[in-house]
Amino acid sequence: MKKKNVNGEFPKKNPLSFQLNLSKFEPASAKEKELQIVERESVTFFKDGMRRFLKNKVALVSAVLILIIVSTAIFVPMFYPYSYEQQLSNVGNGQARDKSAILLKPFEYSDSEQARIDAGEFVFPHILGTDKDSYDYFIRVVYGTRISLSVGFFASIIVLIIGVLYGSISGYFGGKVDLVMMRIVDIIYSLPDMLMIILFSVLLNEYLTPVIEGTVLSKLGTGMISIFIVFALLYWVSMARLIRGQILTIKQQEFVLTAKALGASPARIIRKHLLPNCISVIVISTALQIPNAIFTESYLSYLGLGVKIPMPSLGSLASDMKSCVWTPDQVYMFLVPALVICLIVLSLNLLGDGLRDAFDPKQKK
Amino acid sequence: MDKKFLYYLIKRVLLAIVTIFLVITITFFFMHLIPGDPFQSEKAIPEPVREALMEKYGFNDPLWKQYLTYLGNAVTLDFGMSMRMDGREVTDVIFEGFASSAKIGFIAAALALVMGMVFGAIAALYHNKFIDRVIMVVSTAFVAMPSFIVGTLLLWIFCAELEWLPANGMESGGLILPIIALALYPMAYTIRLTRSSMLDVLGQDYIRTAKAKGVHPSKVLFKHALKNAVTPVITYAGPMIAFILTGSLVVERIFTVPGLGDHFFSSIQNRDYTMIMGTTIFLATIIVIMMLISDVLYKFVDPRVDLS
Repeated sequence: MKKKNVNGEFPKKNPLSFQLNLSKFEPASAKEKELQIVERESVTFFKDGMRRFLKNKVALVSAVLILIIVSTAIFVPMFYPYSYEQQLSNVGNGQARDKSAILLKPFEYSDSEQARIDAGEFVFPHILGTDKDSYDYFIRVVYGTRISLSVGFFASIIVLIIGVLYGSISGYFGGKVDLVMMRIVDIIYSLPDMLMIILFSVLLNEYLTPVIEGTVLSKLGTGMISIFIVFALLYWVSMARLIRGQILTIKQQEFVLTAKALGASPARIIRKHLLPNCISVIVISTALQIPNAIFTESYLSYLGLGVKIPMPSLGSLASDMKSCVWTPDQVYMFLVPALVICLIVLSLNLLGDGLRDAFDPKQKK
Repeated sequence: MDKKFLYYLIKRVLLAIVTIFLVITITFFFMHLIPGDPFQSEKAIPEPVREALMEKYGFNDPLWKQYLTYLGNAVTLDFGMSMRMDGREVTDVIFEGFASSAKIGFIAAALALVMGMVFGAIAALYHNKFIDRVIMVVSTAFVAMPSFIVGTLLLWIFCAELEWLPANGMESGGLILPIIALALYPMAYTIRLTRSSMLDVLGQDYIRTAKAKGVHPSKVLFKHALKNAVTPVITYAGPMIAFILTGSLVVERIFTVPGLGDHFFSSIQNRDYTMIMGTTIFLATIIVIMMLISDVLYKFVDPRVDLS
């Protein structure tokens, strides 16, 4: 091995020699070390997306708004003293109905409640008054929000499961399988969805009512069940198309080939290699599916095909209160549920857009 | 017309036919799943009369024969008698109602398309300026509003509070509000669509080339930019017609317009099954045909679209 000469340098290497250039193995000087300092920490995909998401003020505000609405819908009915099916005119103890509990203005009390207040008892105020059936209106709006949100959520989950399953199988196997499966999707996609939902609801109303009599489901009403069934039957197609498209591009990549060469089963490849790579697309389109379901539910409730009385949903509340617009004192009874529907749909739309911009910058509208 | 386009056209028409066929089949079997027969109304019919009616309308035939008859009748737009409106043919009621529905639907669609494209183009031209923000905020808000809420809000503001317009669609000027209620959502959607495609087009090289050549700005806007930017709007026209048709089901109810939607709404409430089926098939056929036209037109207008 060559030694450094007196000047502290390596002897010059013969240009044709295969010998290693030893100068490349010297310890780095302070100046070289400086060049190696990492200017920015490496970011993961998730962190990078979050950074972009947190910069988007509109999406952030919508996220906070949704959080507020969701937590109100979940927690308020737990400690609120009135329930959505409790008629306040019904005083109990076999006494006559207290008619003054009907159509109370916000923060007004009925005669019997006033008597209790005079006796020194504390009566919780009716924040939004009562409706014509003497239900406390605030809790009905909160409960209606809960119903509408859960319809949106569960319907999207159904769409997610079926769409992902169908789309990934079709995309992965390709060829004839894909051709047949996609023709089916094409046909379902071109069925007018709203009309089909109305048709299903009418039929199921007739057919399911005796079947579910007395079970938990009867409280929900056939309208709700048919919404879920229709979502399961019709709405998954756009999700399936999206997933198929993603799978088609991802399956061309080398790591899939490697997995195949190592003998992984198709199910494993789809589960472990393909789906994790389109997770952002899945999450985003699920988020955008929820307002869609809420829209549909409110529309059906408006047609009288939604939840069963006395269970409220935002759509059925808005529908019941539509004649209130003619009485200036009661307009708020229509405006409150209408506003809540619009806020939920708006903020979910904006949140979905924000998520897409942050986590899936390639796929812009 | 090249071979590829012809192939696409045939494929698309076949798909439309299969869809309509499917709708008819689904509605037929739904009708038969419903317990009871059409002659079980509130008024009790004597048994021999009922039997005669069952025989006359073919309810005693085997199911497959009934299905074929129904299919044949549906093709000729014959949906039988209404179960609740005495002595009226469903087809007559549909056509009568559709005349007024089509009028407001057509005006609403035209309004939505024209206003949507104009505002969308303005928003794109003043990208990130104040006017763009205002247009975007308003259109985003309207996209979040179901048509029955928009309708009821309009009713509240213009009929109950301001008393400017009549709430009844049959009075003069009474069709203005239902048209606006129907047009707002599709208009907002068209604005967003036009804006994003216009922004895309304005960034293209050929726009820069045209500007560099000294083409007049208005010519660049109308001939080079707008013409290319509106093609995605054509694909939206089909779903938009579908939206307006189903949206009119509730809007007509709110403003008491005696249209198809109003009939449909009351037939749902009265459980008038033949009417529900007939209207469903009729509306579905129109929607499918509109989708077909807008899809084919899109490929025809924009030759860059890949047909494979």
